[in-house]
Amino acid sequence: MLKVNDINVFYGNIQALKGVSLEVNEGEIVTLIGANGAGKSTLLKTLSGLLKPKQGTIEYLGSSIAGKQAQSIVKAGISHVPEGRRVFANMTVEENLELGAYLRKDKDGIAKDLQRVFELFPRLLERRKQQSGTLSGGEQQMLAMGRAIMAKPKLLLLDEPSMGLAPLMVKTIFSIVKEINKEGTTILLVEQNAHMALSVADRAYVIETGRVVLSGTAKELKETEQVKAAYLGGL
Amino acid sequence: MEWVQQLVNGISLGSIYALIALGYTMVYGIIKLINFAHGDVFMIGAFIGFYAISGWGLGFFPALLLAMVVCAIFGVLIERIAYKRLRNATRIAALITAIGVSLLIEYSVIYFRGAQPEAYPDVLSKSTFNFLGAQISAQSIMILSVSLSLMIILQFIVHKTKIGKAMRAVSHDVEAARLMGINVDNTISATFAIGSALAGAAGVIFGVYYTKIDPLMGVIPGVKAFVAAVLGGIGIIPGAMAGGMVLGVVESIVSALGFSLWRDAAAFVILILILIFRPSGIFGKNTREKV
Ligand SMILES: Nc1ncnc2c1ncn2[C@@H]1O[C@H](COP(=O)(O)OP(=O)(O)OP(=O)(O)O)[C@@H](O)[C@H]1O
Ligand SMILES: [Mg+2]
Repeated sequence: MLKVNDINVFYGNIQALKGVSLEVNEGEIVTLIGANGAGKSTLLKTLSGLLKPKQGTIEYLGSSIAGKQAQSIVKAGISHVPEGRRVFANMTVEENLELGAYLRKDKDGIAKDLQRVFELFPRLLERRKQQSGTLSGGEQQMLAMGRAIMAKPKLLLLDEPSMGLAPLMVKTIFSIVKEINKEGTTILLVEQNAHMALSVADRAYVIETGRVVLSGTAKELKETEQVKAAYLGGL
Repeated sequence: MEWVQQLVNGISLGSIYALIALGYTMVYGIIKLINFAHGDVFMIGAFIGFYAISGWGLGFFPALLLAMVVCAIFGVLIERIAYKRLRNATRIAALITAIGVSLLIEYSVIYFRGAQPEAYPDVLSKSTFNFLGAQISAQSIMILSVSLSLMIILQFIVHKTKIGKAMRAVSHDVEAARLMGINVDNTISATFAIGSALAGAAGVIFGVYYTKIDPLMGVIPGVKAFVAAVLGGIGIIPGAMAGGMVLGVVESIVSALGFSLWRDAAAFVILILILIFRPSGIFGKNTREKV
């Protein structure tokens, strides 16, 4: 479904991604783990069109999306839930969700997906008229995910959904990630919480200072000494 | 009842400031630029209205509409030509450019038609009526209702329409707005178009009310509208409306107390006080600069 081949991404003179390649197949949950500053968010931003690769190709459903505008990438079916949620704090929950469907014209489909979001996240339904800036961190994460779902993505990019959340909320979020995936959305999940990420993912990549250093099935990586030592706290 | 009359004058003047202030605040909200050329868009609006009324014999409302449309286009052109390429430049570079654009507009108008003032034709009824013992002109009521209607329409656009929601999203978080599929360039242009249309309307209203217009007429109302925007909390739409009204009323009170020579100073005193005591404005939250 998604094929990233040897991309280099720069911030000015600083190179954040150095020849990164990875693949996501339809229906999978693929996780990308790595330490702070490894380049995980940079990769997602490049996929969603916020950054342009200097070199390399990105193929999505058979066509190249490298360097395309964010708008056309959303239209093509890739939604990105950014790190830190980035909900529109000055708007209500409902308005945030409406903005998620910004490019869609199918009123019936939008109404149906709104229902679905409220089923996945009943808390958002209770708070639909609330300013989203007043939501708790976990609720904001739900809103950010709901907003992305409103675009009806085929591929959902999640950047550290568990960041700053209590263990119980992390569990909830991850079980919803699984549910979304079961309903047919492919997922690329960036995480620092490697333990949780590897437990829901089919496959995983490990990224260090801009390079993919390991990849394999989630099961395999969980058993790798290198991953155990660096990301699973020696569990 | 001198006071009622002064109050009505103040509110009418304030509604003109408010209309201009809205453009300042909307543009600041979305690209963090103080568009110093905004007062000149107001001037252009006044002249368009003038030529439309005295040259083509249009009535008040068609002239108002024409001025709004022309100014909307003009505002978008300014943004596309001068500001767009500076989006990632330093704020000071953008600010200096805005001042340059302002001077360019002012002196181009002087170059093409001269600096002499023009007397606005009478288009609205000059009749007055009695209200609580005060003589109120029908004109000021008309002006006030036009301004208020425009502000209500603006609120509707910003809160209920798709482009309005996109504008709020972009002003809150450009990157997140991109991720929704919002076309940021078009949204910024729409903001300039709406803000400039309001300034154009203010120009025509000002001309009708004060009857004298000239190519540098945008400078002082421009600065005062900026003060109004800061007073209300820059970037906050209801703040600009309230700030404009407050400023207009304060100026009228200062005049009514017999200090008409100090009227223009009032705005600057307010600016200084607000910057010292409440820099985020009446409606602004006192938050620290986000990192
Ligand atoms: N806007 C930017 N300008 C310059 N350098 C940047 C910018 N954003 C990120 N970087 C650099 O690029 C590298 C990768 O950053 P990135 O945000 O992709 O890391 P990450 O893996 O997402 O880290 P984290 O887990 O902390 O979110 C870092 O060295 C960072 O300093
Ligand atoms: Mg990151």
